[in-house]
Amino acid sequence: MALSVDEAVSTGPARDHAPPSRRFGGRGRAVLEVALLTVLAVVMLFPVLWMIETSIKENRDVYAIPAKFFDFKVTMEHFKDVFVASGGGRSTLSASFLNSVLVAGVSTALATVLGVPAAWAYSRFSVKAKKDQLFFILSTRFMPPVVVVIPIFLMYRQVGLIDTKLGLILIYTAFNVPFTIWMMKGFVDEVPAEYEDAAMLDGYTRLQAFWRFTLPLLLPGIAATAVFALIFSWNEFVFAIFLTSSDDVRTAPPAIAGLIGGTTVDWGLVAAASVVFALPVLVFAYLVRKHLVAGVTLGAVRR
Amino acid sequence: MHLDGRDATGDSPAARDLAMVFQNYALYPRHTAYENIASPLRARRCSPSEIAAAVERMSSLLHIERLLQRRPAQLSGGEMQRVALARALVRQPRAFLMDEPLTNLDLKLRVEMRTELTRIHRSLGATFIYVTNDQVEALSMADQVAVLKEGKVQQVGTPAEVYERPANQWVAGFVGSPPIGLLACHAEGDRLVGEGWTLPRPRWTTAEDGRPLLLGLRAEDLSVEQRGDASLPGELYGLEPLGDRTVVDVRVGTQILKVKARTTVTGTPGERLLVTVDLDRAHLFDADTGLALSEAGR
Repeated sequence: MALSVDEAVSTGPARDHAPPSRRFGGRGRAVLEVALLTVLAVVMLFPVLWMIETSIKENRDVYAIPAKFFDFKVTMEHFKDVFVASGGGRSTLSASFLNSVLVAGVSTALATVLGVPAAWAYSRFSVKAKKDQLFFILSTRFMPPVVVVIPIFLMYRQVGLIDTKLGLILIYTAFNVPFTIWMMKGFVDEVPAEYEDAAMLDGYTRLQAFWRFTLPLLLPGIAATAVFALIFSWNEFVFAIFLTSSDDVRTAPPAIAGLIGGTTVDWGLVAAASVVFALPVLVFAYLVRKHLVAGVTLGAVRR
Repeated sequence: MHLDGRDATGDSPAARDLAMVFQNYALYPRHTAYENIASPLRARRCSPSEIAAAVERMSSLLHIERLLQRRPAQLSGGEMQRVALARALVRQPRAFLMDEPLTNLDLKLRVEMRTELTRIHRSLGATFIYVTNDQVEALSMADQVAVLKEGKVQQVGTPAEVYERPANQWVAGFVGSPPIGLLACHAEGDRLVGEGWTLPRPRWTTAEDGRPLLLGLRAEDLSVEQRGDASLPGELYGLEPLGDRTVVDVRVGTQILKVKARTTVTGTPGERLLVTVDLDRAHLFDADTGLALSEAGR
């Protein structure tokens, strides 16, 4: 995740260095750019668009051939089905969403609570073999998480964490802590240590100095880091499907995947559930977008 | 580290009871100037009325009453410096630590604040430990100067002692502007013999004949305008008019000596001239160890 951010940041200047094209005039070039971007946007956004359309179509329009793009009756039935069971009462999907909120929220909070002080310590103190430790922490993210799913499964079975929300929370926290430490260390490095020195001379303890003077300056960074951790936990599929089985523990990704596979697939319900699943992350990212941009660029831009 | 004769190495910064002005001021960026100044008192749980009174006293002393509601980002360098100073001065700690507090100011403000700080220092009568690499600050503000080189103390003394009787060649070269001139020489009977010159041997030196020495001569103890009984032959290398005076660069052997002269001095490079030396104010160093020779006879 961190890597993709770096790439996204660094492509800008690299493109600026490309020799300006002389063949197209300013206008022709602009038209070409818009055309290419449109193609890209259509290719990227069509599945999203189709998901949204399917979620508000009646079932017979969903299966209509040729497919109906505009001329269909809008219905909210599928969204109702996401939350309300057919016999009344809460649906199993809505329980999955609550599980997702709980698991993603708690694991992100835990990773932040553990990772931020660790990052501060690695940034401020002379720790024995600091570089080796940091490399070790980072190295846990070198492999794809899938690699360890079998060992984790066996270990969890031994200690009774299979099919529990606590098990998911712990594994997501374990994946998010290294990421949090590395990302936050960069932010802590940016805050001069003199603020804490000054605070300690003022008469505060080291922890008070961190809490009152450094932490407030780290909030944008913490917000950015937490969003990434939250998105990881929210979207995680492999561990969720391996480690959980019962409906009241499952998170949304395996629950939505579980809708596909019967003799008939209720595509409207799948699409509606997917929309509901995608929304919170979008909304959250939108709300903290200022912090997110500040967080991503802070290390490079501000001094 | 000992404070008041007691080992304070293991003490927490709060228990050491020191106040410090940082080179980059380290004002808390999210707090107003008022809150910054109040911080040491808040940390020590003073009452709000005490805090208000103390901040008011400090802000009038440092003329920053109008800045109290601003944040550091809205302050100029000089204003930040004053706020940082106020934050240190607002309590009565055992000692004040100043880490190059004037380095980040422009020249005019630096001179102004130098006077201001000296005034505050004298009026408080407290101990200031002031780190600087500006020798003018060191000489003009201090009661005692410790000259450090690569973490090792070279000399401790009053500014006058450090300037007039440098303990070694490095201190002599470090303190003083323009820097002291150093000429290689050795004693021969009652003469000092150098590269193409001889001078009467100063009465106070006890160096044995033939030992390699360095003769240290400050610009103000040399003259190209007056005649005296001790002088060095040289040739004019260049003139540096400084407004109130002119520094004359004279080449003696292969060394350049800087000589302070009146602004009326003239000459063309290459011109031969004599530099009169005030031998009573000259310094002699052992060329091998760099240490000053005993000046007991002075």
